[in-house]
Amino acid sequence: MCTMIAEQIQIEGSGKGASGWFTLRQANVSYDHPFNAPLEHALNLDFVNEAQGVGARVAVEISAQSARTLAETILAVLAEAEAGGFVED
Amino acid sequence: MVEYQTNMYEGMLAETVMMQGAGGDTINAYFARPLGPGPFPGVVLAHHAPGWDEWYREATRKFAHHGYLAISPNLYFREGHGAPEDVAAKARAVRGVPDDQAVGDLEGAMRFLRSLPISNGKIGAFGTCSGGRHVYLAACRVQGFDAVADLWGGRVVMAPPEITDKQPVAPIEYTKDLSCPLLGLFGEEDRSPSPEQVAQHEQELKRLGKSYEFHMYPNAGHGFFYYDRAAYRQEAAVDGWQRALAFFAKHLAGA
Repeated sequence: MCTMIAEQIQIEGSGKGASGWFTLRQANVSYDHPFNAPLEHALNLDFVNEAQGVGARVAVEISAQSARTLAETILAVLAEAEAGGFVED
Repeated sequence: MVEYQTNMYEGMLAETVMMQGAGGDTINAYFARPLGPGPFPGVVLAHHAPGWDEWYREATRKFAHHGYLAISPNLYFREGHGAPEDVAAKARAVRGVPDDQAVGDLEGAMRFLRSLPISNGKIGAFGTCSGGRHVYLAACRVQGFDAVADLWGGRVVMAPPEITDKQPVAPIEYTKDLSCPLLGLFGEEDRSPSPEQVAQHEQELKRLGKSYEFHMYPNAGHGFFYYDRAAYRQEAAVDGWQRALAFFAKHLAGA
């Protein structure tokens, strides 16, 4: 790794990987070299289930600006859902 | 360097082998060698952050094609097994492997090559990206390498906040212990290492009277050898490969 900027969080939900749907347990967020996106560094999101092996992974690699927009949008959508009384946790 | 003629016999063996790495662990490695009795010089390849992947197999075979015993240890062996990208993603999530472990694995690969009856006793190290950093560390911390090529290894120069348990010492701090000639290939547009960091590293090498050659390519950034990535720069890659092969030919010739 060249930047070594990475964080892991525990999550609940499902993800669709190469072998179909599986239960998600962790999300790894890094700003480092992507595998496919044509960028030197990217905001990489790996939704994984470590107990199921390294192949249990849904990968996303996006630009820093895309990541900011995504994060803001997630929070905005959640805020609207909370205001509507739809968020259960 | 072997200059092939069209009427020469050419043969190579390339396969996965097991070898002893850091802490006596058995890990796997990709090993390629020319057929024939030798004696051949050797090169240890430290793979990049994107993993122990197809590009590194190709690079390993390239060295064998040019007359080297070449081995690329799987530095992510302990992360588990699967597609190289998935294994590398797991390593990325935990901020890479510990420096001590990578250095131990590279030392093991060096000893593996030197133990072969077809070795000429001279072993070099080649690495790109995090592998460039790892081979530089190995050449400083381990005796036994005869030449080292660091291609755009980031974090050789580290700011204090970047120091971690896994990377407890900035490689530049070990420069006084560098035990062999160094080749460095870098891109002007790279941000890790930046041209300023490369200049700082060069200044330290100069101050300590070390043998080194640094080349900074214009219009190139991080990973300009990788033909499968947007970073590829044909002219710089061709020139860089020539420099790397000439460097090893000069320093790893038989005694």
